[in-house]
Amino acid sequence: MKELTYVRPTDARDAVARVSDDPHARFLGGGTNLVDHLKLGLLTPDVLVDVSRLPLDEVTRLDDGTLRIGTNVRNSDLAAHPVVRSSYPAVTRALLAGASGQIRNQATTGGNLLQRTRCVYFQDVTTPCNKREPGSGCSAIGGYGRYDAVLGASEACVATHPSDLAVALAALDAVVVVLGRDGERRVPMSDFHRLPGHHPETDTTLAHGELVTSVELPPESALTRASDYRKVRDRASYAFALVSVAAALELDGDVVRDVRIAWGGVAHRPWRAAAAEEALRGETYSEEAVRAAAELELAAAVTGPDNAYKIPMVRNATAYALRGLADRSSERTGATR
Amino acid sequence: MDTSITLTVDGRRHDVVVDTRTTLLDALRERLAVTSAKKGCDHGQCGSCTVLLEGRRHLTCLTLAVAHDGDEIVTAAGVSALEGGAGDDAPTSLHPLQEAFLAHDGLQCGYCTPGQVCSAIGMLDEAKQGHPSHVTDDLEESVDPADLDDDEVRERMSGNLCRCGAYGGIVDAIREVAGGAPREGQPDRPAQPEREAAR
Repeated sequence: MKELTYVRPTDARDAVARVSDDPHARFLGGGTNLVDHLKLGLLTPDVLVDVSRLPLDEVTRLDDGTLRIGTNVRNSDLAAHPVVRSSYPAVTRALLAGASGQIRNQATTGGNLLQRTRCVYFQDVTTPCNKREPGSGCSAIGGYGRYDAVLGASEACVATHPSDLAVALAALDAVVVVLGRDGERRVPMSDFHRLPGHHPETDTTLAHGELVTSVELPPESALTRASDYRKVRDRASYAFALVSVAAALELDGDVVRDVRIAWGGVAHRPWRAAAAEEALRGETYSEEAVRAAAELELAAAVTGPDNAYKIPMVRNATAYALRGLADRSSERTGATR
Repeated sequence: MDTSITLTVDGRRHDVVVDTRTTLLDALRERLAVTSAKKGCDHGQCGSCTVLLEGRRHLTCLTLAVAHDGDEIVTAAGVSALEGGAGDDAPTSLHPLQEAFLAHDGLQCGYCTPGQVCSAIGMLDEAKQGHPSHVTDDLEESVDPADLDDDEVRERMSGNLCRCGAYGGIVDAIREVAGGAPREGQPDRPAQPEREAAR
């Protein structure tokens, strides 16, 4: 590991200034991903600016009902928060499906969104990787492809984003609040992560030195309360997603009043299935309709022999997630379907 | 870059100068000779380096020592002094969870055990505070440690690997201390006369 200077800034503005002014400086949050990258030699910063003790660790309900989650709220605390459990269950479910109890106690909200891909080649410095070393090539293309993206990949990169939380936040239209040298800006989750294109080295739309200070969930509604997260993985616990689904469903009798679908494990960013949502909105709910809508969203998917399984898997997981929500909806209303 | 930090480990205060690159695990083991926290994978995958950090279970391999200036750490060597343990006045005695690990054969080689013990104590405290898990059916229902079934214990302990495969005994030990009913088909506590005699 390269020599490091460690600084603990006194406030968020100080932290932003220190990283903005130095291209070799990095923010340090919980450290669960970054410290591993230092050990693996993936990252060689000169300066670590520790933001983990900045007082950005509150969950607060704003006057308009928005739920503001400070960037330093630990994953375990957010998952256990009573308002999140009852009003945004997809968020709790996504967090609890990720990592381990120890890591959830350490990992932060902002850090979770900024974790890097677990693509095996990205984490192996002896192999070419455009994300780690721009222009060096992609070892995953033509290599071990089981975890590769099926949507939105490029010739430069087929990595997937590993966060569970980000998928739930994408489904629920969360907004990321970011502090930069020129002040604060608000980035919808749909604009926060990017597709790889020719620049897979860049995961998000943040500029160097911009600091996530909080994540905001829209006011709770029938839709956010009827939300869920389903994850498919190689073992029952403590594994990254092969595919995952965050969904929310509001039924009016049999008719889909509103629906949200976001997928994890299929793309370089959480994949909001907007075409599938559009196909379902206003239609009569049925499992066939959900499968057809997923099919529509997957029309542009590109697969190889190693990752073709993800297509039926994500379609099935979507049907499973929405069926669970539809069943609960009819239990509540006493409707039969 | 060297930095001077203070760590309190198992009730003892240490002032130590560390290179900023030193992990908390390496600071404990190599600088303070606290070897109860074990180095297994060193990448956050096995849980053998788990301690209680400021009262919560926490890995020590994925965090830098310099980020923990002033923090209080309890390792498996110090858990008997915790509330619910045997107390400060009996430093050689064991925490009830450690006793239960022995009684239920929750270990073979023992390398993962200190991490398992710290993780289990932290996990039961989380359950006491009502934290749900991935396998909890109803997120809004309250959680009671005594109600944790095998699936709950296994899910909540999934961050701790045991290469000897002593999981059955680990689950039994944790459920006994949680106050729950023993696993179906398992005795309340197996008789182990030779171990009792040895102590």
